[in-house]
Amino acid sequence: MAPILNVKHLDVKFELHKSEVHAVRDLSFSLEPGETLAVVGESGSGKSQAFMGVMGLLAKNGRATGVAELAGTNMLGLPSRELDEIRGRDIAMIFQDPMTSLNPTLKVQTQLAEVLVRHQGYDQPRAIRAAIEMLERVGISEPARRANSYPYELSGGMRQRVMIAMALLCRPKVLIADEPTTALDVTVQAQMLDLFRTLIHDFGTSLVMITHDLGVVAGLADRMMVMYAGRAVETGTVDELFYDPRHPYTLGLLNSTPHIEERARRLSPITGAPPNMEHLPDGCVFHPRCPYRFDRCFAEVPALTTLPGGRSKACFYGAPLIRKEDAA
Amino acid sequence: MAGITAKDVVLTRYADTLQKLDAPKGRSLTQDALRRLMRNRAAVISIAIVVLIVLIAFIGPYFAPWEYSKVDWTAIRKPPDFSKAHYFGTDANGRDLLARCLQGTQMSLIVAAVATIVSVVIGTFYGAISGYFGGRIDAVMMRFVDIMYAMPYVLFVIILVVIFGRSPVLLFVGIGALEWLTMARIVRGQTLSLKEREFIEAARAGGAKSQTIIGRHIVPNLTGPVVIYATLTVPEIIITESFLSYLGLGVQEPQTSLGTLISAGAQVAESQTWLLAFPAVILVTLLLCLTYIGDGLRDALDPKDR
Amino acid sequence: MLNYALKRVLSMLPVAFIAVTACFFVMRLAPGGPFDRERALPAEIKANLLAAYNMDQPLPVQYLLYVWRLLHGDLGPSMVVKTYSVSELLGLGLPFTLTLGFSAFIIATTMGILAGVLAALYQNKWPDYVLVLVVMVGVVVPNFLTAHILQLVFGVYLDWFPAGGYFPGSIPHLVMPITVLSLAHLARVSRLMRGSMIEVLGTNYIRTAKAKGIGARLVLIRHAIKPALLPVVSYLGPGLSYLLTGSLVVEQVFGLPGIGKYFIQAALNRDYGLVLGTVILYMVIILVLNLIVDLLYAWLDPKVKYS
Repeated sequence: MAPILNVKHLDVKFELHKSEVHAVRDLSFSLEPGETLAVVGESGSGKSQAFMGVMGLLAKNGRATGVAELAGTNMLGLPSRELDEIRGRDIAMIFQDPMTSLNPTLKVQTQLAEVLVRHQGYDQPRAIRAAIEMLERVGISEPARRANSYPYELSGGMRQRVMIAMALLCRPKVLIADEPTTALDVTVQAQMLDLFRTLIHDFGTSLVMITHDLGVVAGLADRMMVMYAGRAVETGTVDELFYDPRHPYTLGLLNSTPHIEERARRLSPITGAPPNMEHLPDGCVFHPRCPYRFDRCFAEVPALTTLPGGRSKACFYGAPLIRKEDAA
Repeated sequence: MAGITAKDVVLTRYADTLQKLDAPKGRSLTQDALRRLMRNRAAVISIAIVVLIVLIAFIGPYFAPWEYSKVDWTAIRKPPDFSKAHYFGTDANGRDLLARCLQGTQMSLIVAAVATIVSVVIGTFYGAISGYFGGRIDAVMMRFVDIMYAMPYVLFVIILVVIFGRSPVLLFVGIGALEWLTMARIVRGQTLSLKEREFIEAARAGGAKSQTIIGRHIVPNLTGPVVIYATLTVPEIIITESFLSYLGLGVQEPQTSLGTLISAGAQVAESQTWLLAFPAVILVTLLLCLTYIGDGLRDALDPKDR
Repeated sequence: MLNYALKRVLSMLPVAFIAVTACFFVMRLAPGGPFDRERALPAEIKANLLAAYNMDQPLPVQYLLYVWRLLHGDLGPSMVVKTYSVSELLGLGLPFTLTLGFSAFIIATTMGILAGVLAALYQNKWPDYVLVLVVMVGVVVPNFLTAHILQLVFGVYLDWFPAGGYFPGSIPHLVMPITVLSLAHLARVSRLMRGSMIEVLGTNYIRTAKAKGIGARLVLIRHAIKPALLPVVSYLGPGLSYLLTGSLVVEQVFGLPGIGKYFIQAALNRDYGLVLGTVILYMVIILVLNLIVDLLYAWLDPKVKYS
C-alpha cells in the first residue's frame, strides 16, 4: 500500500538578521495508512518545525523545501488557496498549548462549525449539531452547553479535547499531534492517550505523534522516528528501537528515562548540551556527545541508511549497542 | 481596563518585571535595555541632537550677538540678514529671532523638566498612598485615575490658568499635576506587591522598620521606570506647554516659548515666513528626536514589539 | 450586556457629579473674579452685579442653585457676554463643533484601523513605510502647527481649498480642518492597530485558524480583527479627549463657528461661567462616549462582560 504521507528531503530554514538557521535537514520518512508514527527528540530537534513546514504554518522568515506528498499531492509549493482545501479536511494538526490555541473572542461552536461549513458545505445549524456530536465523542460532558461557551470557560484538558474534535471533524486522513499532552496534568494525559487510541481506531486516521515522552510512544505508536538537530537519526518499529537501538542518541534517550520497575539507580542523562543550531559541529552532529564515536564521525556526516527489516539509522558505528538494563 | 496608553503598558510591564527580580538582576535588565537602545541608530542620533539642542539653548545666549528682548530699531520685520548678525531675522518689534528662539527653547525645556519632576513627585505620592492603604481607598483613588485618563486634561489646565492667572509656577505645577497618572499607577503597583513581601519579611525578621524596607526595595526599583517615564513624558509636556502658550495662556511676555513664537509667527507667516519657520523647525526637530528616543526605549524594553 | 451597561452608567454618575462640584468650588474659591479688572468698579455697581449673578449668597447656596439649574440644562449666565446665557452661547457653536469633532473622529478611527491592518499585513513593504511617515507627522507635529502649515500651503500658496471661514453645507471649507483634526488621532490609532495586529497574527489561535484551512480572508476578518481591536478601542476614550481639545485650535486657526472660539475668548477674559459651562459640556460628551466605548470593548472581549 502506498504511504499516505511521504516526505522526501524536507528542509526548513529560518532567516535571522545576520544568519540562517537550518532547523530541519534533509528529512525523509513515510507514514502508512492507519499507522501511528511517533516523532521523538529534544526541544530544538526540529520535530515541530518539520510538520509546521509541511502544513504551511511556518513563521514569516521560514521556508520549507522538498517534497511532502499527502496522498500523492505535494503540499510544499502549493498555492495557498489549494493548500487551504487540504488543510483541515485531509490533514489536520493540533498543538501543544491548548490554553492559547483557541480564539478567546469566539464561541467554541463557531470555531468548530467553520471547519464543516468551509470543507463539507454544511450550513451553520447543521455544522453546530455535528460539532456538538463530536464534542461528546471526545468525552466532553454537557457538549451543547460547552459548545455555546467561550474558551476561557473551559479547562486545559477540555480545551485540548475541543482541539482534537476540531481536527477530526472532517475525518482527515492524517492527524499531526504536536506534543498534545505536554501541557496537561499527568492524570489527564493518560485519559488523552486513551482518547487518541479510540478515535484513530474508529476513524482510521493515520497519526503522527510528536513527543519527547517515551511513555507516550510506548503506549500509542507503531513506529518511531528519532530526530536530532534537524535530522532523522533512527527510524523503525517501537519494539525495534526500544529493545535494539542502533543510534547512540536513541540509546541515550532510553537510558535517561527512569523506569518504574527497576531498582533505583542514578539517572544517566546524555552528556553535553544540544547543539547551537547556528553553528553546528562538523561531521556527525551528535559526535561531541557520543560515547561510541571514532575518527570517521568527526569529519563525515552519516547518511540515513536502511537496514534489513525496513528500519534505518544514521550512524557509522556498526555493532549493536548495549542498554544499561542489559549491562546491569 | 480602558484608557491605558502605550506608554503605560510598557512602563507597567517593565516595573512589574523589575519587581520580580532582585536588585542585581534588575540592574542588569536595565543595562541590557540600555545596551539595546544604544544599538538603535535613530535613537542614538536623536539623543545626540537633543543634547546639542539643550546645550545650544542654555549656552547659546552667551555667544549670541543679540539679546532676546533687545530692540533693533534699524531692523524691524526683516528676513535673515547676516550683515546685521540677525541670522534668523527679526520680528515685528525688531527683536532678533535667533535670540528669541534660544530663549524660547530654554523656556520650553525648563517647563518640561520642572513639570516632569512635579508629575513624578505627585504620581509617586498618590500611587504610594493608594497602594499602601489598599482596599476601598485604593479602589476609589484608582477609579479617579481611570476617569482622569479619559478627560481632556488640557481643559483643566486652562481652567487653572483662568483662575489663578498666568504665572510660570502655575504652568509648571499645572501641567505636571496632570501628567502624573501613569506614574501613580506604577508606584501603586509596586507598593501593593511590596506590601505582600513586607508582611513576609516583617514576620521573618521580627519587626524590621518599614522605612528600611521601603528604602531598600522601592527606590532601586523605581529609578529605571522613572527615567523612562520622564523621557516618554517630556515630549508630551512640551506639546502641552506649546499648545497653551500658543493660545496665549502659557508663558507671558517678555519671556517667550516655542509655542508663543509659533503663534506670533503664524499670524504673519504669509509675508514673514521666517518667523514661523525657525521656531517650527526647532520644535519639530526636538519632538521628533524625543519621539525616536521614546520609541527606542520602548523597543529596548520590550524587544518583541515590532 | 444590559446589566453591564447599567453598571457602567451608574458608575459614571458619581464621577460626573464630583467633577462638576470640584469645578464649581475651584472657580468660586479662586482669587479674582470676572468683575475685578483693571478699572475698579464702584462698590454699589459691583454689589448689584454680584447679586444679579447670585454671587452674594453663601457658597453652599450658590452651589445648590447651580446644580439645580444644571439639571435643567441651564448653565447659567455668561459673566462677560452680558446678553447671552452660557447655554445660548454654547448652543450657537455646539452643533458645529460636534459635527466637526465626530466626523473627524469617525474618519480618523476608520482610516486608522484600515491603515494599521494594511501596514501589519504588508510589514516592511511600502504601505508600512507610508504609514510610518504619516504617523511621524501626526504624532510629532503639534496640531496647531499642522493647521498653520496646511493653511499656508494649500490655502494660500496653492489655493486648493479656502483658507478659512465657513458657510453651511460647504464641504471644501471643511476639508483642511478635518484633515488637521484627524491627523493626530489617525496616527495614533493606526500605530496601535498595526502593533496589535502584528501581535495577534503571531498568536497560537491564528495558527490554529490557518491550520483549519478556512482561508486567509476568514482568518483575518473573523479571527484576527476582533482581538486586535481591543487596544484600539481602549484608546478611543482618551483619543476623543485629544480630538476635542484639538478642535479648539482648529476652529481658531480656520475661523470656524464652533465652541472653540468662545472657549478661548472666555479663558482669556476669565469668564467663569462660560469656561465652566464648556468644560461640563465636554465632560458629559466624553463620559457618554466612554460609556459607548466600554460597551464596545465588552462586546469585543467576552471576558469583561462576565467578570
